[in-house]
Amino acid sequence: MVDSLIAAASVVASAVAVGFAGIGPGIGQGTAAGQAVEGIARQPEAEGKIRGTLLLSFAFMEALTIYGLVVALSLLFANPFVG
Amino acid sequence: MYTFLLSKIEVGSHLYVNFNETSHLHGETIIVSSIVVLLISIFLFLGTRDLKKVPGSLQNVVEVIYELIKSIAVTQLGPSYYSQFLPFVATIFLFVLGSNWAGALIPWKLIEIPEGELAAPTNDINTTACLAILTSVTYFGAGFKIKGIGYFGRYIKPSVFLLPINIIEDFTKPLSLNFRLFGNIVADELTVSVLCSLVPILIPVPIMVLGLFASSIQALIFSTLASAYIGEVIE
Repeated sequence: MVDSLIAAASVVASAVAVGFAGIGPGIGQGTAAGQAVEGIARQPEAEGKIRGTLLLSFAFMEALTIYGLVVALSLLFANPFVG
Repeated sequence: MYTFLLSKIEVGSHLYVNFNETSHLHGETIIVSSIVVLLISIFLFLGTRDLKKVPGSLQNVVEVIYELIKSIAVTQLGPSYYSQFLPFVATIFLFVLGSNWAGALIPWKLIEIPEGELAAPTNDINTTACLAILTSVTYFGAGFKIKGIGYFGRYIKPSVFLLPINIIEDFTKPLSLNFRLFGNIVADELTVSVLCSLVPILIPVPIMVLGLFASSIQALIFSTLASAYIGEVIE
């Protein structure tokens, strides 16, 4: 009984973790991509440099979502509260 | 340990090689990382065996990789210190790139092992934790070697009351390096295996290509951050 309660709570918690972790980086990546497009439109010859920087900063933002994913995965597959 | 089994995808099951009651090794991680190290060594040996003024095809590839790593090291560490840390940055970059790609490019599913499955070594949190701790040790060592005891002055800059934050930062740096690499690779492999269990043909291929791209970016980021942390303490 307690185990199934913990399992249910873990599934809900992991869904919430990934869901909320997705919000911030989503907004951030949108802003960054918009600014990059603006930059390329203004200065098409700088496209290569802008793309490199954009991808690098995307990876940093992505890491925040990944932290949420790591929490979710550890709740699902390596839950410390289930004996 | 109790795991959820969802369409035959297993996370956290390993091929345990037991030393004694309390300590064990993760067999599949060791096997794949040894293969990766071997492949990288052979590639670099063949690429640099007879260097010519006009490079052949293999030497060209090695030169491109060298230029890339050198540009990372020079931008983060500055022109006067980069040569000391270039081997470290290059090792990290090549090992992370090799292990990320080894998980995706080599068809490990064909080889059956008793428990768990062969996958990228960076799929195991111990590998990434080891790389992150190595980075921490390196920047401590670099700080001591170059600045001597004055290295500790870094902790009370720009002001004394930032001391606890500076100390906490020493722990969060390896932690975030560790989770960033581990999470990205696990997420990538999970996505591919979930898609493969839903639609086994053709649909997962673009995701796999995206995964290859993302894992090369992760290798770039890991080595960039490692050299940025070293550059921070020696500047």
